[in-house]
Amino acid sequence: MSPRPGFILEVDRSTPPALFWHGEGFRLEKLPIGSRVIYPPEPLEAIKDPIAAVADALENPVGDSQPLSSLLFPEMRLSIAFDDLSLPLPSMQSPDVRQLVIEQILDMAAAKGVDDVVLIAALALHRRMTESELRHILGDRIYDSFAKMGRLTQHDAEDPSNLIHLGLTDKGEDVEINKRAATSDLLVYVNVNLVSMDGGHKSVATGLASYKSLRHHHNVKTMVHSTSFMDPHNSQLHSSNWRMGRLIRDAGVKIFQVETTLNTNTFPESFSFLQKREWEWKLRDRAAFIAASTALEKSPPWLSRKVLHTIRSPYQLTGVTAGEVEAVHDMTIKNVYRQQLVEVHGQTDILTMGLPYIGPYNVNSIMNPILVYCLGLGYFFNMYKGKPLVRKGGVLILSHPTRREFDPTFHPSYIDFFDNVLSDTTDPIEIESKYENAFATDPWYIHLYRTGHAYHGVHPFYMWYWGAHALDHLGAVIVLGGDPKTVHRLGFLSATTMSDALEIAQSFVGPDPTLTHLHSPPLLMADVK
Amino acid sequence: MDHKAKKLTKAASDSLPGFPFAAPTWPSTVARTPKRSKLGANYDTEWSRSYPVRMVRALFLDGVARPLIKALIPPTVHGVDRIKDAPIPVIFAANHSSHLDTPLLASHLPVRYRHKTVIGAGADYFFDRTWKAALWSGLAGAIPIERNRVNRKSAELAESLLKDGWSLIIFPEGGRTPDGFGQSFKAGIAQLAKKSGASVIPVYIKGTYDALGKNSKSFTPGPTSINFGFPLSLGAGEDVREFTQRIQSAVDQLSYELETDWWTARITETRHATPELRGPDTKGWRDEWSRTKSKATKVASSSKWPKAE
Repeated sequence: MSPRPGFILEVDRSTPPALFWHGEGFRLEKLPIGSRVIYPPEPLEAIKDPIAAVADALENPVGDSQPLSSLLFPEMRLSIAFDDLSLPLPSMQSPDVRQLVIEQILDMAAAKGVDDVVLIAALALHRRMTESELRHILGDRIYDSFAKMGRLTQHDAEDPSNLIHLGLTDKGEDVEINKRAATSDLLVYVNVNLVSMDGGHKSVATGLASYKSLRHHHNVKTMVHSTSFMDPHNSQLHSSNWRMGRLIRDAGVKIFQVETTLNTNTFPESFSFLQKREWEWKLRDRAAFIAASTALEKSPPWLSRKVLHTIRSPYQLTGVTAGEVEAVHDMTIKNVYRQQLVEVHGQTDILTMGLPYIGPYNVNSIMNPILVYCLGLGYFFNMYKGKPLVRKGGVLILSHPTRREFDPTFHPSYIDFFDNVLSDTTDPIEIESKYENAFATDPWYIHLYRTGHAYHGVHPFYMWYWGAHALDHLGAVIVLGGDPKTVHRLGFLSATTMSDALEIAQSFVGPDPTLTHLHSPPLLMADVK
Repeated sequence: MDHKAKKLTKAASDSLPGFPFAAPTWPSTVARTPKRSKLGANYDTEWSRSYPVRMVRALFLDGVARPLIKALIPPTVHGVDRIKDAPIPVIFAANHSSHLDTPLLASHLPVRYRHKTVIGAGADYFFDRTWKAALWSGLAGAIPIERNRVNRKSAELAESLLKDGWSLIIFPEGGRTPDGFGQSFKAGIAQLAKKSGASVIPVYIKGTYDALGKNSKSFTPGPTSINFGFPLSLGAGEDVREFTQRIQSAVDQLSYELETDWWTARITETRHATPELRGPDTKGWRDEWSRTKSKATKVASSSKWPKAE
């Protein structure tokens, strides 16, 4: 049976409560009659033979690219860059799709006698991955063959000896990227396109860039005018990356892009209730929900987190395309939309959503309050094409415990950002002008980024800018079930129950508001008409 | 219901745990999709072809069914020499007079076929209850065949099993004869042979109608016979209808061979004078009517209806 497309439910008296993620737990909330619930499309059918599909993509590239095997020769310098652990979410069951692709590229390179091969994790300003994380992404065979010889590297955006300035775009943007990648005879980029924001020129122009280069598009102005950054054609973030990408290409960097798309088969069988519509829950789903929610509720947050972060997603490959960057990305975006797009008619006064325990920047870590902000206002709010789901001046209700918890190893600058910056102001423009430079150039944060597993000092600022468009658009943000003190520090309102939240929301949007709930997981993107 | 009773009922229902402890209610704004039955042609018989089940079935067939058949309806088997070199898999196409046909034929197939043969059984009759479906697929190796309408699923299952090397017993009349005369063969068997490339072995079974016919009230032990014919294949340029007719004629001839002798049957065949099993063509629509009896409108059998005064 072919997968069902997305669905919009109109809530009536007999509609069961809707499931909300609530950090490391869940909430079931009865929504007002007449509300809309947007359910994502069911996972698409997977490619039956992923290995053959990858081989076929490498040998039949799109655009003006030649087959990969004809681009390889013995004396060449070959660099293979790949997306880091921030994708997909949660991490996928082994073998990771990057492993599948890179193994085939290496097989081809070995057959052609290429000696000088280096693998580069395209981190941008993300944290360095641990050995076990790299092993998970690449598999033991690749890790053992390359790590010991120093040929498995993680991009360092603060290493002047391994950065090269390729020039300025026509808008005056610096393009500075990883030197090894830029000076190779061929740079193969292996991507995982979980959402439509990923991939294309953004892979190299962001993933392998320096702070000097990134600040041209990771700023408040760009983000406010990216409506949304999940819709590349209406995103200034993407326009900037495309300008940079074309400059990189014109500077002579030869890129062979490999992009992959996955279906939304996000949770394994034991959590399959998460992906079902509530009225279709069987006895088994209800039993699994009761067992999981009770166990998670009774456990301390650190334990719940530990358990949840062990989940590996049974994602499956729905597409793999290789060749010239823009031609490849056009096909990738079509594939992503095929899986995630749901047509929605009209905006809403109030948008509700539950936020999970995981986002791109807290894999194997804590979802701190700034990441809660970013996930809600940055990612989920922006999962639209056309118009935002919620009207201008509308209210966003997020469900998340939002505790004042931080991971000092992964997110050291976040703690100072929360304590020192947010206590002063939550206005993105003021934050950018007043504080960004100090955090971005702080030697201690740079040291932790380069030698430990810390996100770059400037990263919490980017998280804040990520939500700038939503802040500009919304009348209020209410966090349901969040720690009031922490929520207020973020500049939001807190509510204990959904009815309280709806009452508060009505003071912003007026009586009898329309309400839409974004049902997740899995991910969906609203095509708002 | 008076006001007090209503209040009590409401209080009781309020105190009951709701979703997720209770089953969810269905939103009236969502259309219900009809449940897909797991019975009939949709019954999954894969388990019945696993080695442990096959082992049990073989023991049952050789240790229980075969001795019992020999004791109660002792068969004389003819024509085994005609099929000893037939390529496996094959489709056995037999006339159908009694429920005894299946155990009789299945337990007296030559050994090279016996333990890797499945039996096409009416999906509406043998697979309409879970216990029946499990019993027939487990003990007899039956697979569901849709008799009353075209069903791609049962055709595909039979085809894939043939391609996997399983032979198949089919009763192409689609059901037991109600009156002892043969019925027209359905074209499905020829279609299956065409698609799978398997040969068809015509089989005539005699004596089971007298022992336990369709309308018999009791079982009457007595001798039976099985006559195997030469394997038939779809000829070049032959269509499915012509092949079906050829299979039916072959069964008619096997029947006449048992009535007379091999030589007489051969001579009669060359003169195109072999008598048909079907008998006089007077039944018309009753054939189909009888076959579709299971689809008759049902009224719940309850002692409350009609209500006794």
